[in-house]
Amino acid sequence: MNTPQVLPRVLTRQVRPRVPAIGSSLFKHLMLIIVGVVVAYPFYFMVTSAFKEFFEATAVPPTFFPTSWHPENYAEVWSKQPWARFFANTFFIAGTSVLGEIVIAVLAGYAFAQMNFRGKNVLFALFLATYMMPGEATLIPNFVMMSKAPPGVNPLFPIPRLNLYDTYAAQILPFLASAFSVFLLRQQFLAIPRELRDAALIDGAGHLRFLWSVVLPISVPALVTVAILSFYASWNSFQWPFIITSSEAVRPVQVGLYAFQAEAGSHYHLLMAAASFVVAPIVLLYLVGQRYLVQGVARTGIRG
Amino acid sequence: MNERAASRRRRGLIENAQAYLFLVPAIVFLGLFKILPALYAVYISLFRWDVVQGAFRGLDNYFDILWQNTTRSQAFWQSLSTTVTYALITVPVEMALALVVAYVLFQKLRGRGIYRTIYYLPYVTSTVAAATVFLWVFHPQYGIANQLLGLVGISGLKWFQEPDGVFQMLGNALGVAVPEWAAGPSLALVGVAIFTIWHFLGFQILIFLGGLGNIPVEYYEAARLDGASQLQLFRRITLPLLSPQIFFVFTIASIGVLRAFNEIFVLTNGGPLDTTRTVTQLLFKTFFQQGQIGLGSAMGVLLTIIILAFTLIQFRILGRRVEYG
Repeated sequence: MNTPQVLPRVLTRQVRPRVPAIGSSLFKHLMLIIVGVVVAYPFYFMVTSAFKEFFEATAVPPTFFPTSWHPENYAEVWSKQPWARFFANTFFIAGTSVLGEIVIAVLAGYAFAQMNFRGKNVLFALFLATYMMPGEATLIPNFVMMSKAPPGVNPLFPIPRLNLYDTYAAQILPFLASAFSVFLLRQQFLAIPRELRDAALIDGAGHLRFLWSVVLPISVPALVTVAILSFYASWNSFQWPFIITSSEAVRPVQVGLYAFQAEAGSHYHLLMAAASFVVAPIVLLYLVGQRYLVQGVARTGIRG
Repeated sequence: MNERAASRRRRGLIENAQAYLFLVPAIVFLGLFKILPALYAVYISLFRWDVVQGAFRGLDNYFDILWQNTTRSQAFWQSLSTTVTYALITVPVEMALALVVAYVLFQKLRGRGIYRTIYYLPYVTSTVAAATVFLWVFHPQYGIANQLLGLVGISGLKWFQEPDGVFQMLGNALGVAVPEWAAGPSLALVGVAIFTIWHFLGFQILIFLGGLGNIPVEYYEAARLDGASQLQLFRRITLPLLSPQIFFVFTIASIGVLRAFNEIFVLTNGGPLDTTRTVTQLLFKTFFQQGQIGLGSAMGVLLTIIILAFTLIQFRILGRRVEYG
């Protein structure tokens, strides 16, 4: 396991448990199952309710298991909003963000790990500072920058306007560079012996060649971790796309789901169907890439 | 000799140029969307800026928020107090629960993998979707939560629509008059806290599991030879050796609560009667719904200072264990 470790060193390796046992194992299982049921219940509830018909979905008391199954609810929800468009938008935005973020972070991470240049420490400190800067600090200025300048106002120091309100670009560009990914990859690249690089350089390979044919192939787990964390963040983002988009043409699924709440009203079974297909891709990704996601979170301590 | 030095210098120059070429994209994007905006946030906060940029006000926006303008400053201090209350009812419960579950989960046990997969699930689920489901689980009429509570004789809770304080409600139920200052957090805020705990429990379990894995087994074995009890093992070995993770989770959870937006926005949108209007909600309302960008920006700067303080404390205390290379 050569996954890097970025921030707190305290959060490393998970060793096989050999802690002395407490209580009987039956009691422990009972406790874990109760917690598990409470944690998992909303998911169960979401999926089963989506199959109920309207009167059963709002029945008092609620039924635990649908008395009749209505998969056509999904088709009904799908036709109520341009979901296909929202999904395509989200996949496009998330895919582009992930790709761009990886390219940028690989280059920067490599420079910090394997190259010598003037101002390295100052620049690194600056990157670290942007990592600590919470999103609340940049929300409003980014919004102002993305929107159009109102006519007739000529301040001494005007804020540059990118005029990208309600576009894909507005949802992608701010997330292309992430100091966090740069740190994660830098840490990974630091583990590559300098002798290896020197040998490659003496053999006439440039930095780019060495990066491409030696460094990247042995860093695949770290790259996957960065990709998954970045995709996950992009898929689940809500506040920024909510304020920066207005048309369905560029709207992502989370905003679509929020808008659907108002439309669905008391048709909660439809709302649950919508929620389940918004959640489905990310849950699938989690089940497939659990190892990478868990490692990434454990090593870096990001909290959504 | 001279030639050698010159060639080395040339190679150094090339390496410098190459390194900066590699760094240009990151510098451009971080600069444009992180560093410049942070400076602009301060710039905007110095102006009257209602949709369009107006007159320079100096620090008046800050004065308004903090004490000059009664309505504004009351709303701000109220939101700060709501945020602190939200943190106080969320973070300790969340941490205690995660610690206990992690401790049990860490032992040799069948099906650990399955439990873990389930516990981490809420953490990856999108906040908007999860909050939508919670709105129905806690629906006053149709929700399963009220059905279950009905079995023990509690009925008719309005959850996310309930502005009354929980202690006040308890007092009413018992026929005791509770003074206004002791009304407690609104049931809506408690609901938001329950959601937050559910959402982030898995994350904390994950961090604690990592920490438990770092404690050498020999310590436990030695202590047991000396006749230590289970409780003593936990208190004298596990807790102290887990303190870095405990502290880390504490700061991360506090920052997370300070920054929480999406869940509150979907669950209550700051209501009922502003009882869940935390600083982020107030900021959003001021900036987005009222269009007062200058004031909103000043709030953003204040919130950022608070969050940065937490972050710096965290870095400082964990600093010895952090490796920047």
